[in-house]
Amino acid sequence: MSVPDFAYRRPATLAEALDLLRSDPEARALAGGQTLIPALKQRMTRPSILVDLQSIPEMRGIEVDADRVSIGAMTPHAVTATDPRIRAAIPALAAMAARVSHPQVRNLGTMGGSIANNDPAADYPAAVLGLGAEIETTRRRIAADDFFLGLFTTALEPGELVLRIHFPRPDNCGYVKFANPASGYVTTGAFVARGPAGVRVAINGAGPVVFRFTDAEARLAGDFTPAALDGLSLPAAGLNSDIHASAAYRARLAAVGTRRALAIALAQPPEQIKESA
Amino acid sequence: MIEVTIAVNGIEQRHQVEDRTLLVEFLRDQCGLTGTNIGCDTTQCGCCTVHVDGRAIKSCTLFAAQVDGAEVVTIEGLGQPENLHPMQAAFRRHHALQCGYCTSGMIMQGVDIVRRGRAVDEATIRHELEGNFCRCTGYQGIVEAIAEVARTAPESCKASGDAA
Repeated sequence: MSVPDFAYRRPATLAEALDLLRSDPEARALAGGQTLIPALKQRMTRPSILVDLQSIPEMRGIEVDADRVSIGAMTPHAVTATDPRIRAAIPALAAMAARVSHPQVRNLGTMGGSIANNDPAADYPAAVLGLGAEIETTRRRIAADDFFLGLFTTALEPGELVLRIHFPRPDNCGYVKFANPASGYVTTGAFVARGPAGVRVAINGAGPVVFRFTDAEARLAGDFTPAALDGLSLPAAGLNSDIHASAAYRARLAAVGTRRALAIALAQPPEQIKESA
Repeated sequence: MIEVTIAVNGIEQRHQVEDRTLLVEFLRDQCGLTGTNIGCDTTQCGCCTVHVDGRAIKSCTLFAAQVDGAEVVTIEGLGQPENLHPMQAAFRRHHALQCGYCTSGMIMQGVDIVRRGRAVDEATIRHELEGNFCRCTGYQGIVEAIAEVARTAPESCKASGDAA
């Protein structure tokens, strides 16, 4: 047995799940488990109760209409990667999901689990922030700009769960990541989107938390072309530096990634639905 | 303790286990099915790959309780020594194993790759094998075996729930 003991529960309703999480300060939610279970094995966390969210209806399913794509928190990456409606509406999000970790993990790991964990080297925070998504929780709706607060830190309060992520459908979107070749985690990534909220550029992996590249956004707002990014650079101050990449290299990757993500955004436009089906 | 019932290779397995029991521990210790190996125990090597409801997962990174009520297929459910599954036969033909430790996971993942129609070319197969490590073969025989099954016997990789 490589995992310390805990009590497993699989509630069928959201109310029951929230009651279980309230019942004990050491209770924790279990989504896909692909980060949490390795962390349990390393004794990085010692929950008393694991509340498995797999059966909760509010966290499941994908809804697509003319304006938005709504993805249940418990949707595995493999489903996000292959769902034809997501691929049509937000191709960069499907392509991102198809490159998270490796196939076995993609069958279990979930979008809600990933954004609630907010690993700086995770993929989804870039899409959520870059597309200006809204996170629906058990208590409120949180704009992406207010959700990702710091290293492994989000606006979620104790006992608050992500139910769904609502993405506005973009006119253009592209994502590029420079992944660590051994782990697959993001060294630096860039998500570029143009849509109802204007042009947004999100950088992940480079800093302690995903952030918007405001200089790139300002340049692209008036001129959504590669030429607008000539001479673009990101200050290295405050970026992560480790054995894989220095802060200066990550800053460089952010600028190069933004340019490449823009090229994808221009080359692979989403399908647009003019009238609601 | 918790009672967990899983249909493993078509046989109902009902056992009282500790809540923290991993699926790979359930398969090896409760069911006596030791074809599924524990390699790294850190979600990297893929030796513990099995199919849950037709999808390849790593059984070291999933609690048995999470798949209570599900169907699991392990290497023992794929073929028999006298009647190998086409993927097993292809691995033998292409010398796709040496020490054999990664092989059950490689074969389970290979079947999953073909099932999803992802054995389209060598580069894609290698990409799909990112979660399975082999420290002996250099992967060449493994990739060739998977590509051959995709060409010659793709229907053998369908899961029970798949459309005909």
